[in-house]
Formats: sequence, C-alpha cells, structure tokens
Amino acid sequence: MNYQVVLDSFEGPLDLLLHLIKKHELDIMDIPVALITDQYLKHIDIMKTLNLDVAGEYILMAATLMHIKSKMLLPPSEEEETEEDGGDPREELVKRLLEYKKYKEASEELLSMDMLDRENFLKGFVEDVEIEDSEEDASHDVTLFDLMEALSDLLKEAKAFNPHEVNREKISVKDKIEIIIQKLSAEGSLTFRSLFDKASSKNDIIATFLALLELMKMKRVRAFQGETFGVIRISSSEKSLGTVH
Amino acid sequence: MEDMRLKGAIEALIFASELPLKLEKITELLAGDFAGEFDGHLDKKEVKTLIENIREEYEDEGRGISLLEIAGGYQFRTKTCHASLLQKLRAKRPPKFGRAAMEALAIIAYRQPVTRAEIEDLRGVDSGGVVRSLLEKRLVKILGKKEVPGRPMIYGTSRFFLEHFGLRDLSQLPSLKEFVELDENEEGMISPLNEELPYDAIEG
Repeated sequence: MNYQVVLDSFEGPLDLLLHLIKKHELDIMDIPVALITDQYLKHIDIMKTLNLDVAGEYILMAATLMHIKSKMLLPPSEEEETEEDGGDPREELVKRLLEYKKYKEASEELLSMDMLDRENFLKGFVEDVEIEDSEEDASHDVTLFDLMEALSDLLKEAKAFNPHEVNREKISVKDKIEIIIQKLSAEGSLTFRSLFDKASSKNDIIATFLALLELMKMKRVRAFQGETFGVIRISSSEKSLGTVH
Repeated sequence: MEDMRLKGAIEALIFASELPLKLEKITELLAGDFAGEFDGHLDKKEVKTLIENIREEYEDEGRGISLLEIAGGYQFRTKTCHASLLQKLRAKRPPKFGRAAMEALAIIAYRQPVTRAEIEDLRGVDSGGVVRSLLEKRLVKILGKKEVPGRPMIYGTSRFFLEHFGLRDLSQLPSLKEFVELDENEEGMISPLNEELPYDAIEG
C-alpha cells in the first residue's frame, strides 16, 4: 500500500531554509550557497525516502538554489554588474527569507500572547454543569452536522495527542454500543465528549461515534444541546434506564 | 454619593454585557437612566474616569478578574495568573493553532488588507487551507475584492481576532522586528493598516 504522509515540521521551503541556517549557524546575510544547497537537497531526499509528499514549492526552491549557486560560480559579467546594482545573486532570496522570518517570529509572538479561553476567561464558560430539567425542555436535538463537527474536533485532538499508534486492537461497534448503554444507565445523561475516553485512538473514536449514530437511529438515545453550538448531551430515551439525579 | 451609584451602574453594565461594551454605549445607557440626576448631561470623560477607577480597584491582588479594554470596549476577564486553575475547570478546549495557521494569521494581521496570493508569496507555500480555517474560526474576514484582474478576495482580521488576543485595537499588536541592515528602503512597505484601498468594502 502506498502511504502519503504530510509532515507539519517544516511549513515550506523558506521554513526549511531558515531551519538549516539556524542549525548550521550561518549568517543569513551571507549564506554559503553551496553548503545550503547541499543540505537542502539532502532534506528533500529524506522527505522522498520517507514517501512524504514533497510539494512543488520545494522543488522550485531547489531549482532557485542551484541557479544561484551556478551564478555565484560564474564571474559577474560587466553588463549585469551595472544593471543589477551590485548584483549579488543571493539578494532576492535573502530578502524573501528575512521577510518570511519577520512574520514567522511575529506569529510566535502572537501565539505567546494572552488568549481568550486559554489565559483569560469570561464569566460563564464552564460547561460541566448539571443540566436542569427546564433547560432540557428548551433544548433542541442536534443535527448530524453538529455531531460530525464534534467528531472532527475529537479526531483532531486525538491526532494531537497520539502521534504514534502501535497496536491495532479489534474494536467493534457492537461493543461500543454496550459501553454507551452502560455509561448512560449509570449516569442518566452524558456530554458527547464524555462518551470518549481521553486517550482513545482514532479507530476507537470512530467506532464509538458509529455506535452513537446506531443508537440514535434505533431511537434508544437522544442527542441534544441547550443552545445552538452549545455542549452536545446524550441521554437515554428509554424510561427503564431513567435519569439518575 | 452619586458617583458611587454611577460607578456601580457602570460595573453592572460591563459585567452583564456579553461583548466588550463601548464607552459611548455605557454613557448613552447611563444618561438615559440617570437623566434626572445629571440634568440630562453626562460626560463621556466622567464615565471614563469612573471606569479607570474601577479598573484600578480590580488590579488589587485580592481580585481574580480584571477590567480590560478589548476591541474598543470594556470587558471583565479573569486574570492571567489564574489561567492554569481555570483551565482545569473548562470543558471546552481553546482553539488550537498550527504553525501554518499562525503564520498566515500574522501576515494577515500585519499586512491587511491582503490577498491569498500575497500570503502565499510571503510564506512560499499554498495557504488556501489555512486561510479557510482562519475564516471558519472567525479570526479573519473577507474585506472585499481587489480591483485587479481576477478580482481576488482580500482578507483582514475580524473583531473577534481582537477579542481573542485581548487587544484594544490593531495598534496594540507587538511591533514587527525589522532587519535594519537591509531595510532602509523597505520601511514604508509594512504598515498599510490605515491606507486607503482600492476595493469595494463589504462589511463582514
């Protein structure tokens, strides 16, 4: 099978170049083009061996580097020298790198700023509150779209939390249905999130999600939210399970 | 005495408001309510002084919240020093930003109005996906279309961007670090925030 992985570690050719410059402690204003080109191509090769998706931008940059390298080897022709204002073939690339670096640093600074819901909170952000009966009356059933979005959030987080997945365990939707029913009969109603264990794998999440859809289809559970885009809660629609208060 | 009641009223308004409350709005609401007491005359300056008073009171270490100026208005937010405590209480996770998204966001914030092509030129990579996700997160909005061939969309940061990063306005963004050695003639290129622009502005 042919896997394609897109790595997040380098955001693009400029990022890779900045990384190389930093790693080899080079002066950005006076880049040794031969060295950086070699290193750059080596990295492209590694990406290729790992079967990573090497985007066209990387190839274009490789060509640019080689072009600059060849220009550096040639003695400057007299015409060019007068036309191009001194004409260091690296000048344009250095300008781009500096410009990119500026915004990359700015983005790091933004990320370190106090953010809403990360450092500073507004009143009433807590969601872990028991829902009152009256509130449940005012609630409405969630759409599949709401659930899909909630699922995609979970998957995103799962991706962030477990980059490595070693064992493949057998996960059946049937088992997950049992688990959901058990959880519901113990607790009455649950938040969508609490159906999923924090450390679940992607497969696990998907199986649980399918189980939930199945239960909803069978009308054994009901998914609702107190307000649009609010917390999705799941409750049993069977009287026998009842609501434990 | 009146000042005390007025101050209390201001605090109540800001506390109860879901969005940052503007000074004009506060003054307008108070002028209506306290009409008899101020002969219908209530100065924005007076209100501002009282707001400053309240702000200073909340700076006390014994208070867990502070009064901040956000997106041109006033809002109570919990203090940063209690972040980790509050994170434990929260069920919702804060929006996560990838590096790519943050880079695009920084470029949009500092260079707005900006087209996707300009973002991609700067970053050297396709940025359609990250711009879309920033739009979905409401941090970025479409300002209009640029009057050039193809009429590309132009992007800028939203009000929610200011709220999210706790900024009063864009001038509070940390300043960009320039490379002085190279940039004597580029200085003027980077601050087009207030420039007149050739696009059809769409409020978004």
